Amino acid sequence: MSEIALSIQNLSKSYRIAHQGGLRGYNTLHDELMTAPRRLINRIRGNGRSTSEIFWALKDVSFDVKQGEVLGIIGSNGAGKSTLLKILNRITEPTTGGVDIYGRVGALLEVGTGFHPELTGRENIFLNGAILGMTRAEIKRKFDEIVAFAEVERFLDTPVKRYSSGMYVRLAFGVAAHLDPEILLIDEVLAVGDADFQKKCLAKMEDVAANQGRTVIFVSHNMDAICRLCSRCILLRQGEIVKSGDTSGVVAAYLGGEQEPQHAPVVHFPQKDGDAVLGFAGLYGPEGQTTISFTTNQPILLKCSFNVHRRIPGLQLSFDVFNFKGDHVFYSTISMAEPAISIETPGEHKIAALIPGRLLLPGSYYVTLALHTPRTKLYDRRRQALGFKIVATMADRFDGFSGEDLGQVYADVKWQRVDEQDKESPARNSISVLSSG
Amino acid sequence: MIWVALQPLIAAAILALIAGRVAKLPSDGIPHLLFVFCGLTIWNYFSQTAQRSSTSLVNNAQLVSKVYFPRMLIPLSHTFSTLVDFAVTLIMLFVFMAIYHVSPTLRLLAIPGFLFLTAITATGVALWFSALSVKYRDTNYALPLFLQIWMWASAIVYPTSVIESPRWQTLFALNPVVGFVEGFRWCVLGRSALTQTMLWITIGMSILALFTGAFFFRRVERDFADII
Repeated sequence: MSEIALSIQNLSKSYRIAHQGGLRGYNTLHDELMTAPRRLINRIRGNGRSTSEIFWALKDVSFDVKQGEVLGIIGSNGAGKSTLLKILNRITEPTTGGVDIYGRVGALLEVGTGFHPELTGRENIFLNGAILGMTRAEIKRKFDEIVAFAEVERFLDTPVKRYSSGMYVRLAFGVAAHLDPEILLIDEVLAVGDADFQKKCLAKMEDVAANQGRTVIFVSHNMDAICRLCSRCILLRQGEIVKSGDTSGVVAAYLGGEQEPQHAPVVHFPQKDGDAVLGFAGLYGPEGQTTISFTTNQPILLKCSFNVHRRIPGLQLSFDVFNFKGDHVFYSTISMAEPAISIETPGEHKIAALIPGRLLLPGSYYVTLALHTPRTKLYDRRRQALGFKIVATMADRFDGFSGEDLGQVYADVKWQRVDEQDKESPARNSISVLSSG
Repeated sequence: MIWVALQPLIAAAILALIAGRVAKLPSDGIPHLLFVFCGLTIWNYFSQTAQRSSTSLVNNAQLVSKVYFPRMLIPLSHTFSTLVDFAVTLIMLFVFMAIYHVSPTLRLLAIPGFLFLTAITATGVALWFSALSVKYRDTNYALPLFLQIWMWASAIVYPTSVIESPRWQTLFALNPVVGFVEGFRWCVLGRSALTQTMLWITIGMSILALFTGAFFFRRVERDFADII
């Protein structure tokens, strides 16, 4: 079991990206022929200035994977995860470095890997099997299992171009997982299927790794799935391995500080004329430190200061919180303060607002601050003055769901078993138990 | 299936009319229709293979960018699939032979040999153009033009014997298509300007086409998934 299934040494992959304005990357034979004399002259003169830029999708990546191991690869978009899988699958060749693979590789890169849209589901199963190097008899043995797993019996003789995306991914996963590859590469496929299918996929991957001793390399943004499946994890950032090792540690590192801060935790606004002007705003964590990263259960302390130059009756300070999609999550104003806080008087005011924990779901949020007399006059407004993000903790139980599946708010719901014996009024009884506890 | 049969038939009829009646080209004393059809049978196999396989990689981009397998299989598959079309045309050619009372001889047994040479050259050309079309999408517009010129530069509507000097005939054979067409005519009609030197040149050029094609294909193959 400790044999190496896959070994990667100093792997790098670069792409040339052409820039607008300069010569294009010669996409047509016509252009190539037409510009040949000019390029020849340029070369002779020695000013063959390149207008393209080298982009390193992967930089000096090395690791080994043991047989029967489930390795997770995580990282934000553009970290190089998919490029890495493409190289492992031998679809593209690395620029430098090498890969040693011991065994047959089956891969599911994006939806419908290697399906020919014009062929039927049945034909595609055979095509994929043949590509994996299996004989017709071997595929026939696995055929029923694949069809049952993918639940596409009725559509077997329909060209896959007419499949729904769910059917597509089910069949693709079924084929990749059942055709007995020794190394299985799975790239973020759970995003498409429904919850039932996601569970089925996870169970199948567990089975493939644990019971059949096959090696699985799994790329996902779904941290719950990663935590559940993988014993070891690699975190990529901009093509480099940032951290590798025990899954929980790597996932925590990813959730903790992976995304680059777009906002500073503290901002000093440029000053301008006006009767009431915001001066400063900042976000603080539980220990009083400035931060833009909070866990779901941490309260967020918002502090700000502003100058009032003349008395403004009814002046209010308020803020709005928007999520990354621009949805308005909530509005809060100083008139909610208990006891009331008056900011009408001239001078500098320093105000703090505490946003409770267990209110916002994981994600990025923006704060817009405003000084105004409601529905009358706007004195100062700073759109998206602050930004912060909420990250899940290991204690959050989201059942493998993430993003929109979780709804809009972090609902801190109390759950309890209802006592069966008390037939009188179970509901009231349970409420009293919860409210007393 | 009907298109497979109709295409060479109509092409041969038009070309025979132009070559025989309008241009009054010689045909080594063989009826023009039979003469042209014979040349087209082998030429069509060659040009169909080159044309279909040149677009094959781009048409199968989904497979190429997502799954690993020897890429060469895609253009190569067309070398074999066009054999079906060839077989249909060959049967029609036999029908023509019967109509024109050309009796079959043992020379017909040499057809597979010339077909093999054609397949080798066609594969070489196919490898060149399929690899080029991945990088340059307009290859598919250039190829038909290129093939058209190639056809007229090969002895299909006229016999090689229009070139009188044997030395120039030998030079003409540097175009390998001349070799197969003349060889094929020798098998079917028994009359041909093919000499032993020309045959050797044809064999040499065929092998050269295949090897340079395969070499070029292998060289650019590693970038296919990135640029397709």
